[in-house]
Amino acid sequence: MKIPYILKKHKVIISLLFLYLVIVLTYRTGWLSSYLLQIIMFVGINIVMTVSLGMINGFTGQFSIGHGGFMAVGAYASVFLTTIIFQMAGSSVPGQSLLGYAIFFPAVLIGGLCAALTGFLIGLPTLRVKGDYLAIVTMAFSEVIRTIIRVSEPLGGPRGVSGIPSMTNMAIVMVFTVLSVWLMRNFLASTYGRASRATRDSEIAAEIMGVNTTQQKTLVFTTAAFFAGCCGGLYAHILQFIHPDNFTFMKSLEYLIYLYIGGSSSISGAMTGAVVFTAIPELFRSFQIWRMVIYALLLIVIMLFRPNGIIGDREFSFIKKNNT
Amino acid sequence: MNPLLEIRNMDHYFAGLKAVSDFNLSLQNNEIVGLIGPNGAGKTTVFNLITGLHKPTSGEIIFRKQPIHGQKPYIIAELGIARTFQNIRLFLDMTVIENIKVAYHYQRKYGIFSAFMSSKSAEEHEIEMSDAAIDLLEIFDLDKYAQNKAGSLPYGQQRKLEIARALATQPALILLDEPAAGMNPVEADQLLHTIHDLRNRFKVTILMIEHQMRVVMGVCERIKVMDFGETIAEGLPEEIQKNEKVIKAYLGENT
Ligand SMILES: Nc1ncnc2c1ncn2[C@@H]1O[C@H](COP(=O)(O)OP(=O)(O)OP(=O)(O)O)[C@@H](O)[C@H]1O
Ligand SMILES: [Mg+2]
Repeated sequence: MKIPYILKKHKVIISLLFLYLVIVLTYRTGWLSSYLLQIIMFVGINIVMTVSLGMINGFTGQFSIGHGGFMAVGAYASVFLTTIIFQMAGSSVPGQSLLGYAIFFPAVLIGGLCAALTGFLIGLPTLRVKGDYLAIVTMAFSEVIRTIIRVSEPLGGPRGVSGIPSMTNMAIVMVFTVLSVWLMRNFLASTYGRASRATRDSEIAAEIMGVNTTQQKTLVFTTAAFFAGCCGGLYAHILQFIHPDNFTFMKSLEYLIYLYIGGSSSISGAMTGAVVFTAIPELFRSFQIWRMVIYALLLIVIMLFRPNGIIGDREFSFIKKNNT
Repeated sequence: MNPLLEIRNMDHYFAGLKAVSDFNLSLQNNEIVGLIGPNGAGKTTVFNLITGLHKPTSGEIIFRKQPIHGQKPYIIAELGIARTFQNIRLFLDMTVIENIKVAYHYQRKYGIFSAFMSSKSAEEHEIEMSDAAIDLLEIFDLDKYAQNKAGSLPYGQQRKLEIARALATQPALILLDEPAAGMNPVEADQLLHTIHDLRNRFKVTILMIEHQMRVVMGVCERIKVMDFGETIAEGLPEEIQKNEKVIKAYLGENT
């Protein structure tokens, strides 16, 4: 049933396969350092983080500023399952084995579900009230999560967790990114996506048209938290060492920057922001300290000349749906 | 016959200000009733109370034999009451057709899972919704703007789109808050025809707030007049035109 749809989209699939081959080949031949390969994997994860944040902020008109908190929940929950329980039991951590992956994939998913549950629990009471409470609550939440991790001995406390197996690879990141963006794209193009945008444009009118806006906002918030949680799981298994400080408010801020620079109410915008601004600091690495100045200047220039982001609210043709 | 809507002894206070006082109203199926009164009389507040944006301080609102006061707005919408706003509230960053399709959301025929997977049934229902939306837009002569942003429409078209969007929820009762506001006499006359037409075509009951007397007198079968939250008159258009209290209330406004 899904095959003909995918075949129609074969242009995109072939380009992605090609991209994958180029990355893997340049890496194998030594052109691409393992450091840069890691950056490319971060690009994928950042795309999903930014698009999911865009679902909340750009498409539903809420203002969540603690998206990194959900990443932390997903990272720690998955690492708990793949690493910590084995360390506690005193046995060796299964690495890139069949068993390792049999644990890793469900662990990432469970990380996502834990983040979704957290999102639901903080979203439900907060999104009910109108106004900017969400910003305050999400920011507080991301700090509270860090504090909880800091004082939880089993989660490594302030020392962090080391010895996490390197499970995430380029193929996994790519499949995850494409699948996640595809799912979110479908959702946003559906009647649920419309209900979200209606809520954003006028919450009162949306209610009057029969949209349960509280439910809609909670649904989006929970969904976005799920994707952020999965990102956290993958991220942790690239870094192989996680620490509460990986998920400070600065981390959440990065995603806000990617989103608003790219274009907050556009999937293409979120993706562009994530790609460009994950890559740019690396490209300018040789400029040393000037790097951050260039970064800041670039932000200012874009905000001045393209206040709605680089992409605005348009979409790339491969993101658009044929029927609308 | 059972009334479609029945409001009994409704009061509403805003922090000590009595905006609506002892309001009573009974609407039969397929009526067009006007609600008029000087600025600040409490007309919009009555609409807000009926649609659940405010909860009445006291009194009851019965719609199709069911009490709805204190219900959530989206539930009242599902039950069959739609409205437009005095200061138009469209989904400005969405296209004209999407504005209509939002009204179909509560009647959606596919679930979240189908939406994520973009399943075949979801796609089919989307097409059904689009077709229905285009049909409705055609009635209002708005189909040519279907893919334009609602915010890009001229004022008069935005008013029409808002009425079309309200009808898309398939209401039994529609509340129009100053639909002719800002329209020139020609546009207002057209609107008059549209409203008459609507009532017959969609079998809806219409409660309408309107300042333009030509429109009110031309279309309403019954009129209710408010001033400072109180009902000061009620009756046929001819009776209202001659009513002393009404004349005084309106003249008082001008001096
Ligand atoms: N949300 C609110 N909070 C406080 N006071 C309000 C609110 N809404 C309306 N009021 C007050 O209630 C009274 C009635 O207002 P309402 O908007 O219902 O009048 P109206 O008859 O629709 O007038 P107009 O013809 O100007 O639209 C006014 O005094 C107004 O200032
Ligand atoms: Mg009013």
